[in-house]
Amino acid sequence: MTRVFAIAERELLKFFRSPALMITSMLLPLAQLLILGNAFGGRVQHTTLAVVDQDHGPQALRVIEMLRAVHVNANTFNPVMYDDQQTAVEDVRNGRVQGALVIPANFSRKVYAQTRPHIGLIVDNTDGFISSTYEGEMQALADALNAPDIEQRMAQKIAVSTVELYPYIEYMKYLLPGSITLAIFVSVMIGGGIVYIDDKARGIHEGYLVTPITGPELILGLNLAGAVKAMASGLVITTIGMLLSGIVIFNPFRIFWLLLLIVLTASAFICMTSFMMARVDDPMIPRAIFGVLNTLLFFPSGAIYPVGAFPTWLRVVAAVDPFTYAVHGFRAMLLKEAGFAAIWPDVTFLAVFTILTWTGTALLFKRTL
Amino acid sequence: MSAVISGPMLAEPVKGGHKPAIKVEKIVKQFRGFTAVDDISFQVGEGEVFGLLGPNGAGKSTLIRMMTTLIPITSGRAVVGGFDVSVDPDGARRAIGVIPQAMTSDLDLSVYENLSIFAKLYGVPRSKRKPIIDELLESVDLSKWRDAEVKKLSGGMRRRVEIARGLVHSPSIFFLDEPTTGLDPVSRVAVWEMIVKIKEQRNLAVLITTHYMDEADRLCDRIAIVDHGKLVALEKPAVLKQSVPGSTVIEVQFIAPPQDWVQELERIPGVRSVQNEAAGMFRLLTDEGSKTTTAMVDLANRKNVEVKTLSVQNTTLDDVFVHYTGRALHD
Repeated sequence: MTRVFAIAERELLKFFRSPALMITSMLLPLAQLLILGNAFGGRVQHTTLAVVDQDHGPQALRVIEMLRAVHVNANTFNPVMYDDQQTAVEDVRNGRVQGALVIPANFSRKVYAQTRPHIGLIVDNTDGFISSTYEGEMQALADALNAPDIEQRMAQKIAVSTVELYPYIEYMKYLLPGSITLAIFVSVMIGGGIVYIDDKARGIHEGYLVTPITGPELILGLNLAGAVKAMASGLVITTIGMLLSGIVIFNPFRIFWLLLLIVLTASAFICMTSFMMARVDDPMIPRAIFGVLNTLLFFPSGAIYPVGAFPTWLRVVAAVDPFTYAVHGFRAMLLKEAGFAAIWPDVTFLAVFTILTWTGTALLFKRTL
Repeated sequence: MSAVISGPMLAEPVKGGHKPAIKVEKIVKQFRGFTAVDDISFQVGEGEVFGLLGPNGAGKSTLIRMMTTLIPITSGRAVVGGFDVSVDPDGARRAIGVIPQAMTSDLDLSVYENLSIFAKLYGVPRSKRKPIIDELLESVDLSKWRDAEVKKLSGGMRRRVEIARGLVHSPSIFFLDEPTTGLDPVSRVAVWEMIVKIKEQRNLAVLITTHYMDEADRLCDRIAIVDHGKLVALEKPAVLKQSVPGSTVIEVQFIAPPQDWVQELERIPGVRSVQNEAAGMFRLLTDEGSKTTTAMVDLANRKNVEVKTLSVQNTTLDDVFVHYTGRALHD
């Protein structure tokens, strides 16, 4: 093992002497967490809704008052009165307002006569997120308007009551497992097989190959150093991410499982990249691959959007993607207060994946020039 | 042209004891049909400095890479330090120190760290590492720089780091692949002196590849000239020089010489051969340097051919190379 540790020592000495490299590999994923967490996690606010009142009756006034109540409270939109529908629609098209609500003539009369009163909602459906928010708000508004003044003692409609197991999870917390996984992957890209490709390009590898080190020892040393770098990165972002998201873990077993997941994720990723690079000589190839690979592995993992919403073929990709198991494991430990029972499939997959890719690398690796 | 490769020379290296340090037999290396090394055989004795001389692309590095286990041998056999490199590559690796052509030290690590890591790779026991490294740094005059990052050292100093690195496990055979390429003249001389000193201190067998004639002449006990993958000559430098017809080389440049000028020069008494090089430059090999020079200048005066430059020198390894390969090293 002395030779394995010598290879690892060389890499780690260089890494820990390069503050720029350490900061890049550890802090950029943190910036990603902050930006994505806030960009995706927020509710729609401060938009503008055009309101065209063609009725001017008491029921129309009731609708407008409710819209103003939304503005004052949730501030999802600011209702702005328009005189004609055509101008409102034109302004939705050119983005001056995000939607238009049309209260047709005789709306109040139809409400009193109970003859199917309608309110028209015009939305820019190229922006699905805002249009679905508007639809939801308007449906809630319609439900409130439809509610009887006096509730029946015996409800005749079936109601569903939701029980949330965990406190409300902000999107930033939801993203934290993905960000930890991504931080580990980013660090892996400056280690393992990729380092060896750079060594090959500079001829440094000849120095190693004339020593008695074996191929598997060389791979193990490079992967060990790469995994340590990735673990350091994973630990830093886990700690900072937990502080930012207000997650606290006191249970020593959960801390142990969390550390185990970091170790296994780092090992699986470094062995995977070394396996992919085992026969590559051109240092431009990893640079070309990893920008795309990052996306190919991260998005199918369920880090941002649940796997259950994917089409079948993408679920297959997710099933073989080590990111999926890392994200699932971190989510179970950080957000669900779960134990080993929740993560053993993830732990098993990552461990088997590590062994298989390391073995594959050892088989593919050429110990000659 | 017949190569100077005698049977006894192959069987018995110049120096050494009972068995050769390196024994290469009919070694061949082919890359997808291209023969880079073609049926080469030689031996290097213990304590001998053996030079492989040839232009870039001659097959020197390929040959050294086969002997140092870096590339597999297509056919033939190389035994290094008593280990057949194809059968027991690990044994061979432990017996040899190698300085490849490329700089293999890590620029971001210190001199000491580089040596320490390689000592570990070679399995040098922990208790011996520091004294060995200190001694080596002393030998290559880098003790003062032990904690400096290699990237802060000059090219010559980096080469000395490489030399120390190659010796960290006390090998008995030392391979140096073009050790002074890219160095300035002062650094080259410093590296030569270092190699001679270390070789004498440690009684190493040294195999050195180079395309510098002066380097081969100064360092090597015997020289093998390699061209197009073949061994074209193998002898001591002095013997190789003697093997070239004519003891003196006259290099002369004429302005607008006539068409039959080569034939005119060949008729001068004592001239063994005339080569017409570019831009009116002629190279004459002769046994009678001063007489031939006088006769040549007289001839030029008679024929109204102006002499632009003229130099007279003894035979060098350059002449040996031209003699055996039919071209200069830089062709």
